Amino acid sequence: MSATTQSAKKKNFIIRFFTMNTSREVGGRTLPLWRQIMLQLLALFIAFEVMFPIMYIITLSFSSKTTRPSTLQLIPTEISLTAYQQVIDRPTANPVTFAVLLRNSVLLSFSVGFVAILVAVLASYAFSRFKFKLRQVLMVLVFIPLLMPGVGLLTPLFLLLNSFRVADCGSGMIAIAPFTACAQGVGKLLFNLRDSLFGVGIAMTAGALPFAVWILKGYIDTIPLELEEAAKIDGADANQVFTRIVLPLAVPQLAVTFFLSFMGYWQEFALPWLFLTKPQDYTLSMTLYNMVGQYASSIPWNRFAAMSVIVALPVAIIYVALQKQIVSGLTAGGIKG
Amino acid sequence: MATLAAPVKPSRKIRTFKFRRAILPYLYLMPAFVIMAIITFYPLIFQMIISFTDFQTKDLLLQLKSPKLHFIGIKNYVDIFTGGLPVQNFDFFRILTYNFWWAITNVAVHLPAGVLIAVALNTNGLWFKRFYRAIYILPVVIPPLVIATVWRNIFDEQYGAMNQLLTTIVHWFGSVDPVRTRWLFEYKPPIPWLLPNGPLPLAYYAMMIANFWLGWPFMALIATGALQSIPKDLYEAAAIDGASNQQQFWNVTVPLLRPAMIPAAIYGFTMSFNLFSFVYFMTGGGPARTTEILVTFVYSLVRDLRLYGAAAAFSVIIFVVALVVFLITNRITRATETYSE
Repeated sequence: MSATTQSAKKKNFIIRFFTMNTSREVGGRTLPLWRQIMLQLLALFIAFEVMFPIMYIITLSFSSKTTRPSTLQLIPTEISLTAYQQVIDRPTANPVTFAVLLRNSVLLSFSVGFVAILVAVLASYAFSRFKFKLRQVLMVLVFIPLLMPGVGLLTPLFLLLNSFRVADCGSGMIAIAPFTACAQGVGKLLFNLRDSLFGVGIAMTAGALPFAVWILKGYIDTIPLELEEAAKIDGADANQVFTRIVLPLAVPQLAVTFFLSFMGYWQEFALPWLFLTKPQDYTLSMTLYNMVGQYASSIPWNRFAAMSVIVALPVAIIYVALQKQIVSGLTAGGIKG
Repeated sequence: MATLAAPVKPSRKIRTFKFRRAILPYLYLMPAFVIMAIITFYPLIFQMIISFTDFQTKDLLLQLKSPKLHFIGIKNYVDIFTGGLPVQNFDFFRILTYNFWWAITNVAVHLPAGVLIAVALNTNGLWFKRFYRAIYILPVVIPPLVIATVWRNIFDEQYGAMNQLLTTIVHWFGSVDPVRTRWLFEYKPPIPWLLPNGPLPLAYYAMMIANFWLGWPFMALIATGALQSIPKDLYEAAAIDGASNQQQFWNVTVPLLRPAMIPAAIYGFTMSFNLFSFVYFMTGGGPARTTEILVTFVYSLVRDLRLYGAAAAFSVIIFVVALVVFLITNRITRATETYSE
C-alpha cells in the first residue's frame, strides 16, 4: 500500500514539474514547462536554419585561404584576420582605398534615403488628405517603379543620363550637352551625369519612392483627423497643418522609412555597376559584385566573405536595434482596416 | 458704389482660395512626379517607341535620329509571342507561367510559415524571446548577392553543403555512395505533372529552399507587429467562453492578422515576381532557361544579345502584365484609397 502512494506521489511530482507555469505571469494564460520546452526546441531549430548560411560566411571570412570551401564548416577552426586586412587595404584591383568606397556608399545611400523620404512625405500627405480629380490615376503612376523593375528601363535611362555632359572645348569655352556642343572632334569631357554618383543617385531615388510613399501614406492615414480639424478651427491652412501637425507626428515613421530605403540602396550594385566607370566612384556593394565571377572556383572566397560581413554588419546592427520601431512602422498602414 | 463693389471682392477672394485649394495637392505631388518623369516615365515612353523599331547597337549614338533605324511595326511583339526571337529554348508563355507560379508558390510558403513562427514566438513568457527575434530578422539584412552566391555554393554538385548533408544522412542508412545531385543543372523535372506548361527542374526546388530562407522572416516581422496590436482581452474573453487554443487562433488571431498580412502578401508577391538579383546569381535562368523569369530574360536580351528593340517590346509586355496584376491587387488591398473613404 505504501508503495502505491509512493509511485502516485512520484508521478504527481513529474506531472507537476512538467505542467509548472513558466510564463512568470500571475493569472492570465499559463505556459506549462512541457510546452516551453517544445517551443524552445522549435525556436532553436529555426535559429539554426537561419544561422546556417550566415555561419558559413563568417567561418569563411576568418579563413586565411582564398580557395573554395570543400567541406561543410560552420564553426571557425582558425581565426585569421588576413581576409579582412586584405579587403580593407586593397578592396579592388584598382587603386582606390576602402575609405573612398565607404564614403561613396554612405553618401549615395544616405542622400537617396533622405531625398526619397522628403519627396515621399509630401506626396503621401497629398494622397492621404486631399480629394482631387486625378488622385487614383496619379497614385497608380507612383507605384509604377515597383512594377517596372529598373532592369527593364536600363537602356533608355543610360542613354538619357548620358546625354547630359559638360565638356571643356578649350580656349575658355564650356559646352553643356545637350544644349550646346563643342566643334566636331575637340573637347575634353569634364562631367557626365550618367558616369557620376549624382546621376545614379537620381535614378535610385525614383526606385525608392513607391515603397516610401506606401509606408508613409499608411502611417499618415492613422494620424487622427480630429487633431487637424482642431488646428483648422484655430485658423491653420493645409500647409500649416502639414508642417505643424503631420510632419512632427510622422518623424518616427520617417526614420524607419529612411533606414529601409538606406538599406536597400546600401546593397544595390547592378545600377551603379552598369553606369559608373571611374574607380573613385565605386561603392562597397560593387566591390562585392566585382568578386563574384561566372564560376564559383574563381571567387576569392575568404575575401568575398569578409567583404560580405563588412557590408552587412552595420545594417544588421541598426536593424536589430531599431527592430521594434521597424515592426510597428511596417504594420502601421495595415492595421487601420 | 460701395454697395456694388462689396459683393465682387469676396467672391474673387473665394475664387482664388478655391483655386489654391484645388492646385495644392498637385504642388505637394510635384517633386515626386518631376523625379519620376525623368527616371521612370521618359524611359518607359522611349521603350514604347523603340519597341516598334529594329534598334541595335549601331543606333545607340544617334538614337531616334539614326538613319539606319527602321520602324518595323509590331514585328518585335509578334516575334516574342510566337517564339521568333533568335534565342534557344524560348517560349514566352512558358516563362510567363513559370514567373507567376514562382511568385505565387513563394508567397504561399512564406506567408503561413512567417505567421506560424510569429505566433509561436509571441507566446507569453517564452524564454529568450528577444534573442530569437533578433536572430530571425538577419536574412532580411544580408545583401541578395551574397545570399545567392552562398546558396549557389551550398547546392553545388561536388563541394556543396546540401549534398554533404545528404551523404551523411544516407550513410546512416548504410549507403556508401556519396550523394551527387546536380541541383542547379539537372534538367529532368522530378515532378513532371506539377506545372504542365513548363517543366520545373530541380533548380526550382533548390531556389524555393533558398528563397524560403530569405522570405519568411519578412512575413514573420509583419505578423509580429500585427500580433502585438491585437488586444489581449480578446483572448481572455475567448478563453472564458471556453475556446481552445486552436479555436482562438482561427477565430481571433487569423481574422485580426488579415488586414496587415494581405498587403504584405502582395508586396511579397511583387518582390518575388521581379526577384532579379537572386535569380540571376543563383541559376542565371538555367538550366536551359527553365528558371528564367521575365526580368532576367529581358536583361539577357540586352546584355548578351544586344536586341534593344525586342528587349524594349519585352519590357513593355512586362509593364502591362505588372500593371494588370497591380490593378487587381489594388482592388483587394485598397492601398490607394484615402483615409476617409
